[in-house]
Amino acid sequence: MHIINFDRAGGRSPAMGAPYESTRNNARIRGGRGFRAKKFDAITAVDNVDLNIKKGEVFALLGASGCGKTTLLRLLAGFEIPTDGQIVIDGEDMQSIQPYNRPVNMMFQSYALFPHMNVSKNIAFGLKQDRVPRAKIKQRVDELLELVHMKELFNRFPHQLSGGQRQRVALARSLAKSPKLLLLDEPMAALDKKLREQMQLEVVNIIESVGVTCVMVTHDQEEAMTMATRIGVMHDGKLLQTGTPHKVYEYPNCRRTAEFIGTVNTFSGTVIENSADHVIIDAPELNREIYVDHGISGSVGTDIWVAVRPEKMTIDTTPPSGEYNHARGVVEEIAYVGGLSIYHVKTQSGMIIRVTLANVDRLAEGRITWDDEVYLSWQPGAAVVLTW
Amino acid sequence: MTVIGIPFIWLLLFLVFPFAIVFKISFAEMAIARPPFTELFAYAEEKLSVMLNVGNYLFLFKDKLYLSAYLSSLKMAAGATFLALLVGYPLAYGIARAHPGIRNLLLLGIVLPYWTSFLLRIYAWIGILKTNGLINNLLLKLGIIDTPLHMLHTDFAVYVGIVYAYLPFMVLPLYTNLVKLDESYLEAAADLGAKPWKTFLFVTLPLSKGGIIAGSMLVFIPAVGEFVIPALLGGPDTLMIGKVLWEEFFNNRDWPVASAVAIAMLLLLIIPMMWFHKHQTQEMVES
Amino acid sequence: MSATRRSPLLSVWLLLGYTFLYAPIVILIIFSFNESKLVTVWAGFSTKWYWELFQDRQMLTAAWLSLRLALMSATAAAALGVLAGLVMARFGRFRGHNLFAGMITAPLVMPEVITGLSMLLLFVSMEKVIGWPDGRGLLTLWIAHVTFCAAFVAVVITSRLREMDESIEEAAMDLGAPPFKVFTAITLPIIMPAVAAGWLLAFTLSLDDLVISSFVAGPGATTLPMKVFSSVRLGASPKINALATIVVLFVSLCAVGAGILMFRTERQRKFEIQAAMRDTD
Repeated sequence: MHIINFDRAGGRSPAMGAPYESTRNNARIRGGRGFRAKKFDAITAVDNVDLNIKKGEVFALLGASGCGKTTLLRLLAGFEIPTDGQIVIDGEDMQSIQPYNRPVNMMFQSYALFPHMNVSKNIAFGLKQDRVPRAKIKQRVDELLELVHMKELFNRFPHQLSGGQRQRVALARSLAKSPKLLLLDEPMAALDKKLREQMQLEVVNIIESVGVTCVMVTHDQEEAMTMATRIGVMHDGKLLQTGTPHKVYEYPNCRRTAEFIGTVNTFSGTVIENSADHVIIDAPELNREIYVDHGISGSVGTDIWVAVRPEKMTIDTTPPSGEYNHARGVVEEIAYVGGLSIYHVKTQSGMIIRVTLANVDRLAEGRITWDDEVYLSWQPGAAVVLTW
Repeated sequence: MTVIGIPFIWLLLFLVFPFAIVFKISFAEMAIARPPFTELFAYAEEKLSVMLNVGNYLFLFKDKLYLSAYLSSLKMAAGATFLALLVGYPLAYGIARAHPGIRNLLLLGIVLPYWTSFLLRIYAWIGILKTNGLINNLLLKLGIIDTPLHMLHTDFAVYVGIVYAYLPFMVLPLYTNLVKLDESYLEAAADLGAKPWKTFLFVTLPLSKGGIIAGSMLVFIPAVGEFVIPALLGGPDTLMIGKVLWEEFFNNRDWPVASAVAIAMLLLLIIPMMWFHKHQTQEMVES
Repeated sequence: MSATRRSPLLSVWLLLGYTFLYAPIVILIIFSFNESKLVTVWAGFSTKWYWELFQDRQMLTAAWLSLRLALMSATAAAALGVLAGLVMARFGRFRGHNLFAGMITAPLVMPEVITGLSMLLLFVSMEKVIGWPDGRGLLTLWIAHVTFCAAFVAVVITSRLREMDESIEEAAMDLGAPPFKVFTAITLPIIMPAVAAGWLLAFTLSLDDLVISSFVAGPGATTLPMKVFSSVRLGASPKINALATIVVLFVSLCAVGAGILMFRTERQRKFEIQAAMRDTD
């Protein structure tokens, strides 16, 4: 069974005074063998999706292009029809409901502003379709113009707007009908890098102030982590993991998630000791054993992987004390990127381990330089054991 | 559903169905009647008799006129297409490489004559090519020739007419293709040491294949069945199948033979047409 | 492509090419003002052929018929062509898609003699079987012109729809507009310039058609090209030059007008886009 739930309460919208745990569902998708979008014929674009989205939260579907995240979004909007399964929003089955009757609005990647209508008309379009009285439309449009800071530009046409302004109009237009669910398709893709960071925060602030439930799709992990309260990592049409940005980054549940979000060093190994409070793993690539400060479900002899983030390692020229969690190697490469330096250290087994160090002082060259023999080490709590 | 339905039914009724009728009538016999042909099916005394007259087709083979008209149409259309390509390619290339500001203006200059009457533009050449026409008058005055050249009502005039009338159809697809050509390919070729003509031969020309095919087909196919140009500029011995069909129909009033001529012409053109169509869909998929 | 290092040979060729295209038309115009009946020997300036043209009743009747026919055909062809374009660009691969695409391209490349003959035989057969259309004339001309013009309109509309961002239509639907409303409120206004271009194209094609019209016109109806053709076959006449001059004048006025309009809006648009880019967010 594969479900997308939109819970009535939860998320991080304290203004709403809602409890974080709730069993009331806002919407749901259910399917047997998975959703096969019609367009893709025999290819299963979305498969085995099981997901809970709480009211008021910003949920980001994160994945590489072609992973099915956009198809999932289009299924919610109604542009694609699931070959198998069910979509329920606020207790209502969406199966037979056309896109134009769904309580769902979408902000498109290209913004899709109507080129022959000015800003006000664009925002008013959805309300007009619902035959809202004229005075009410005007009032609502003014409200939204205020919300997105576009009051002065109300009679401009889309081609007379800059990228950021267009995005605001698109956002206002998709919020105009107060949808039960707001969809954002790669919201920042059409903007340049500088503007992107600014708009990420601005869009999130607007969404939170409105309190609308939001599902966004992105391939940019920074964007997902900045904007979303929760992230779902997708690959090959399957949802690998869902959780808060912190949880997904610090406690990935599989190698793919670990590697997709941020950089990571993974060592393969075998469990040689497993107890309630720790596990010891033999890692041939390190010529050393790894000690992790929590137990795992696998038994002794299981092949597993250990992931350590580069910033959780320390690099030193003197050997560390203790028998676990370090490696010896030679500095192969140093990349200076301003705030950080990235060290590529080659171990005796030939593996390259990446370590990042914050450049806290202004020395042109750090203490450690090319071809130095160095020791890498990390705390028992820094490593994550991955079983697949 | 009506969106598909209306154009579909219209085209089916007024485009596909007529061809079926042409096919049917090509098996009829000429008759002094209204309409001037016999019926294929007859039902009398509980017997359905079908009279298929293949005589029209046999006639096309027996009478040398038709075969040579087909061949000469193909020959002239191919020749004119090649000439149009020779004239049109540098034109399209020149426009594509012109300053972007004037490119659209130049393009408009190519298309504009097409919007004026086809018939009148062909008519213009009569005055130019006539025995006492402009070219002859000019050449006589300059003393280059003593006796006027016989140009109007010759195959030469037909070639000129086809190239002139169909040049926009050659230039437009070529231009669309050439303007998309990324200049960095040419620069890369030059950077790698290719001389300009080699760059043209091995980079530009192969990359513009699509435009060449589209342009050539757009000239060749209608040129094979052209009627106005051979009728006005061609001579009595200019044999083109469009003209033969017209005369068969209007002068001899032999509708069945005219139908057979049309079916044979269609069979002749079906391969280049399919090729063109396939090519067009391919281009559309790619873009 | 930019104008980097263009061979002077290319410029010469462009000049020759445009001369080839325009010289016959210019000559046509010059000799329409010729005093002499001989179209190629200059005998002084005169506008008498224009007066003769305007007194030629047959010519005027034919011109009037052609104009009415072109207006009616272009309008119907534009409507039909828009529908066909929608089918081509928006309905994906339905059953019969290939047949449909084939039917759309066929009139573009089909020799006119074949189209004309097949249309005529259709009308004759239909009249015999169902008694309609009753004889040949404006109605049969109209049907034939709509059919082949619609194909040209469809091509223009299809390519316009293909380059249009489909998510604009999806956005309208997402905001609550049912399909027909999406078409009238969003798609049609956006593709309107292409529809206008298609209409104009259909208008000129219909106005200019000789071959198909000759087949389906019947004895009663004579279009302008048919009249011109029969008089040209009898020999060149300055009257035809005068007619050609009027046609050329008309077309160039339209083209220049449309060109200026397009140029202006384009410049305005560019200017506004630049202004928007300068705006800080």
